[in-house]
Amino acid sequence: MSKDIRIKKGLDIKLVGVAEKTTTQSSLSSVYAIKPEDFHGITPKLIAREGAKVKAGEALFHSKSDERILFPSPVSGTITEVIRGERRKVLTVKIAADTQQDYKDFGVKDASKMSGEEVKNHLFTAGCWPFIKQRPYDVVANPNQAPKAIFISAYASAPLAADLDYTLAGKEVELQAAITAISKLTSGKVHISVGAKSNSPFEKLSGIELHKVSGPHPSGNVGTQIAKIDPINKGEVVWVVTPQDLVIMGELLLTGKFNATRVVALTGSRFEKPQYVTAIIGAQVSQFTSGNLNTDNTRIISGNVLSGTKIKETGFLRYYDNQITAIPEGDDYEFFGWNKPVFDKVSTTRAFTFSWLNPNKKYDLTTNTNGEHRAFVVTGAYEAVFPLDIYPMQLLKAFMYKDLDEMEALGGYEVAPEDFALTEFICVSKQPHQKIIREGLDLMRQELG
Amino acid sequence: MSLKQNLHNLKEKYKGTKMAPAFNAIHTFLYMPNEVTHGGTHIKAADDLKRTMNMVIISLIPCLLFGMFNAGYQHYAAIDPSLRDNVLANFFTFDNLWIGIIKVLPLVIVSYGVGLGVEFIFAIIKGHEVEEGYLVTGMLVPLIVPVDTPLWMLAVAVVFGVVIGKEVFGGTGMNILNPALTIRAFLFFAYPTWMSGDKVWVYDAVNRAGTADAISGETILGSYAQNQEVIYSNWDKFMGFIPGSVGETSTFLILLGAAFLIFTKIGSWRIIVSTFLGAAVMGMIFNQVVAADIITSSSKFYGLMSTAWWEHLMIGGLAFGAVYMATDPVTASQTNKGKWIYGFLIGFISIMIRVFNPAYPEGVFLAILLMNVFAPTIDHYVVQGNVKNRLKRAKVKTA
Repeated sequence: MSKDIRIKKGLDIKLVGVAEKTTTQSSLSSVYAIKPEDFHGITPKLIAREGAKVKAGEALFHSKSDERILFPSPVSGTITEVIRGERRKVLTVKIAADTQQDYKDFGVKDASKMSGEEVKNHLFTAGCWPFIKQRPYDVVANPNQAPKAIFISAYASAPLAADLDYTLAGKEVELQAAITAISKLTSGKVHISVGAKSNSPFEKLSGIELHKVSGPHPSGNVGTQIAKIDPINKGEVVWVVTPQDLVIMGELLLTGKFNATRVVALTGSRFEKPQYVTAIIGAQVSQFTSGNLNTDNTRIISGNVLSGTKIKETGFLRYYDNQITAIPEGDDYEFFGWNKPVFDKVSTTRAFTFSWLNPNKKYDLTTNTNGEHRAFVVTGAYEAVFPLDIYPMQLLKAFMYKDLDEMEALGGYEVAPEDFALTEFICVSKQPHQKIIREGLDLMRQELG
Repeated sequence: MSLKQNLHNLKEKYKGTKMAPAFNAIHTFLYMPNEVTHGGTHIKAADDLKRTMNMVIISLIPCLLFGMFNAGYQHYAAIDPSLRDNVLANFFTFDNLWIGIIKVLPLVIVSYGVGLGVEFIFAIIKGHEVEEGYLVTGMLVPLIVPVDTPLWMLAVAVVFGVVIGKEVFGGTGMNILNPALTIRAFLFFAYPTWMSGDKVWVYDAVNRAGTADAISGETILGSYAQNQEVIYSNWDKFMGFIPGSVGETSTFLILLGAAFLIFTKIGSWRIIVSTFLGAAVMGMIFNQVVAADIITSSSKFYGLMSTAWWEHLMIGGLAFGAVYMATDPVTASQTNKGKWIYGFLIGFISIMIRVFNPAYPEGVFLAILLMNVFAPTIDHYVVQGNVKNRLKRAKVKTA
């Protein structure tokens, strides 16, 4: 039985460069990189040393606070380089891949016959635990806290996001295996949200609570869905897994192999042919973008334009992403840009901005900020794109002046940075909302646990 | 080398120096900066604070132009009342506009010159950017003062308003009181004889007072406050062919501006609607008091209390205050529920002050300043409601 979630507040940003539904099998790239900073809040402790040989699935490092949480190598090969930053902080672990992939064998498991504890231990050993993230704080899940429910958003509403119905097609068996396993980790339900008009592989699965979501972005954000289905209260924890990671977990159970391959969308106006490719986590992006990407003054993003990470041309696909976006940099001055009518940019106001006239037009937005950083002035605008029952500006301000009581009371436990991506996009004062939220959550985690 | 390139080179040269904010203010006025996003969202919506402020200025231009014509019209009509018999023929004339040019334009120039000067000095001393807030304030100030306000007085008031009303709090976005109204309040309390009475609203009335060819320039509120007959028709009051502060007389053009602000989503329709609503309710209450014979025509409050509630909405500065002053997002309530309460109370208190303060029957600016102070309190209770819901939800779950 499905339940409907309708979102009214929000904004769909339509951009040029939707991925065409063809998938190219990309060849193995020569270098792979894992960046511990992808796992926010984890202090890595290296297990493998430079020069060591690893198999796909073998641990590279573990969390300093919990040795059971292992972070695996996505490929088999040789660790060529460990790049460190200030105070010897590990920034990147680079692995030169073998031409013939060698997988560590974790053994075939039947999830339906495993206990919760067995599932947990299996995910630990195979390095799949980092796929499970938790709210509050939006970090890798703390295995010692029992979640009240597990949420999976199988509907992507972010600009140019990979179509999950397409990328997950044919993966029903893996998904079912993974769902069966993770449902043992909670006494509550496993909530899965699919698009109202979609044809999702999840609709055929059992052991889940299915929800159909409709409405503009951020309806596909798992944070929005949690708020509508079962909001987080003080002291509660929910876990979140992305569907593309479920496939990897499912394959682990069915075959005993850690196969970090996923279907990645290449999107944005700077791709000549926006389309899908298969890629392994940590792959060097140039491996599958060369010949397709116009690199002249281009911003390459691992993830989507609202919450992704800027990477270099020679950068690597980040751990949780299934999308590479390339848009033009906007590092040019615009004559009288602040007062002339604009037709080529998106806006929620009608202040001589005309995107409201043509809601289906696709835009080629650049990275220009369209204005300078200012104090908060305009009110009431964020609320129009923010569907959670939270006062966004008041919460942001509480996060800025770091009043822990207010941060808690105003909804700090319920939000993740990506929930504030749209308010940041429309912000007239060009405030860095996601950064404010991330820093505030880190402080809450440190002070309140 | 192009202007763009030249300015870019100069920006690099001034970077990190004391003069950087002053240079950047001019640079960003001509060219939108070449800044790109770093973290967070990689793309940004088209609006910035300059664009937002610009919309408010555009919405004020009809009021300013009308005010310039009206300055001349009221002057000549006071000398020759027969002009009022055919308003439309005698209003949009070059003679009228000329008086507007020599009387109103200097007000605008002094307001912007002095105000932006103070802003630049503060930006240079404190090393922050010159912010856009004064662009709107600078336009509002000449529109809410009597046409005969001496320029030095305005300059003193602007310095006071910008420094005490805004910069001491940290600049645009940080202030508690509306800067334009702070300037107006300073003028009112520092130079009361120039800001009220029956002579200041019409150009040259002050100079001629007591002479043989004295001209009268009573505002409608002034007449009502003294229980006198009003010579203007409702049409005149709505269209704005009446004496008053430069930009506040034409309710019609103010409503046009309101429509523009609401359509562009720059102004809060909640505040505008609720202010008119609050004023109407207070007006109706007073009308009922008169209807119930509690107040008789011998009372000094009779004139304004018996004014029909709908007439209150189009005389004095109520409409201007509701549309352009109360909606200032920084000093108004910030929550949507709070905006309803905030606006309603402004309208309500405005009419109350108007009726009970016959010496200066214009309560709008005092009401707005008062509610500026209470806006954070209103928001506090609205937000607490949300916090309570969250706590309630938690109890239900754990019980």
